[in-house]
Amino acid sequence: MNSLLTKVIPPTLILVVGLAAWEIFVRASQIPVYILPGPIAIVQALVRDWATLYPSLLVTLAITAGALAAATLLGVTIAVLFAQSKWVELSFFPYAVILQVTPVVAIAPLIIIWVKDTATALLICAWIVAFFPIVSNTTLGLNSTDHNLLNLLQLYGASRRQVFWYLRLPSALPFFLGGLRISGGLALIGAVVAEFVAGSGGIQSGLAYRILEAGYQLQIPRMFAALFMITGTGILIFVILTLVTHLALRRWHESAVKREG
Amino acid sequence: MREAPALVALRGVDKVYSNGVQALKGLDLVIREGELVSLLGPSGCGKSTVLRLIAGLGDLTRGAIEWADQRGDIGFVFQDATLMPWATVFGNIYLPLRVRGMPRAEAAPRVERAMEQVGLAGFGNAYPRELSGGMRMRVSIARALVAEPKILLMDEPFASLDEITRFRLNDDLLGLWASQHWTVVFVTHSVFESVYLSTRILVMSARPGRVSSEVLLETKRDPSFRTSAAYAEQCRTVSARLAEAMA
Repeated sequence: MNSLLTKVIPPTLILVVGLAAWEIFVRASQIPVYILPGPIAIVQALVRDWATLYPSLLVTLAITAGALAAATLLGVTIAVLFAQSKWVELSFFPYAVILQVTPVVAIAPLIIIWVKDTATALLICAWIVAFFPIVSNTTLGLNSTDHNLLNLLQLYGASRRQVFWYLRLPSALPFFLGGLRISGGLALIGAVVAEFVAGSGGIQSGLAYRILEAGYQLQIPRMFAALFMITGTGILIFVILTLVTHLALRRWHESAVKREG
Repeated sequence: MREAPALVALRGVDKVYSNGVQALKGLDLVIREGELVSLLGPSGCGKSTVLRLIAGLGDLTRGAIEWADQRGDIGFVFQDATLMPWATVFGNIYLPLRVRGMPRAEAAPRVERAMEQVGLAGFGNAYPRELSGGMRMRVSIARALVAEPKILLMDEPFASLDEITRFRLNDDLLGLWASQHWTVVFVTHSVFESVYLSTRILVMSARPGRVSSEVLLETKRDPSFRTSAAYAEQCRTVSARLAEAMA
């Protein structure tokens, strides 16, 4: 409880002081609201435009969650294939790297042209950004099994399948979860970037489109409101995945166990 | 002394690793049923290699390993406890039976018994990281025992433990060996440990590794032996043999 308070109070204090300073600065120097709105104007915009912003949040969230789920499923599958044979890994890993280092902004237009359904196109873009940390971390984890434990299972005459389920998979778990936490943030970034590139209107528009739209209309408070919603979503994803990691590892992994002393 | 039947024999064994290091050359040794044999030698003499070859981990370069009948179950204890950190004590000891496809419920009494034998009763739900080094080694030994192996191979199992813990585990091992009639091959670089534990010591010389001499010891053991004159005398003999082997 005490530690929770010390973790929560200082950042909250900074937030309150920061917001107050911002509001005072904006009012005192009479900066027009279309250049820099104060926090109060932003909150007002958030409340006023909630009816349009909230559905957009859901669209962005759906793409992010879909991309993260696909990245997890395909990432783990690919990592498992990599772990089966050094040759498979050596043959295909460079292409995973190529996919990772190519900026998503650069290939998003192509994908949007190729894939008819915009939502699917956005999902693919976000997936491309999100999947690499999961592949590379899980592959590393699957290959990091204790050699003596492998020897022991060989001694017991364990099958490949048993070695995989009893040994490789559990030892890869902390690595996978580390990758997942990075991918969670990246999936959101990927979704937002792809939305910016797509820029499509209509009813199925995410938060990034709301930012573009508000920018064109010089509705700067609404722009900030949408931006904060994206940031909030990112923080929420991080907190959820951190919690998942903690729950999965709390009994045995050094990273999750409280140090005593 | 009447000789027990041979359980496993290594005949003219050479082992050259892929990096060109010749670990063993023309090694001959016989392990008899019910023995507690120590392989004693300086580091790099191929003691661990012998154990790994007996266990079937790695190929011979030349020679043969002959088992009395077919190769039976083998228990192996490494220098480190080598436990699965994500599994409980129970889960770790259950592993060899799990690999054999034995359901958890059916394995439970055997796992419990193995835990009792090594003094871990009641620790089934603990995780390895919550245990001390000595306790972890006990888990490792229980895991080796649970499958009731024909032969127990131990690769410097107590080397990383403090002396008090090591003495305790030495005595516990001797107690178990006496009551369970196992065959144990024990690798160590400690003269004192080998004399205290073994019925027979094989002194090995290094580069390339081979058996340079053999010392037979009386088998009756209890903690008072550690301070007896006979113990000191035998340690002196074995030390001299080791010095010869290293010369």
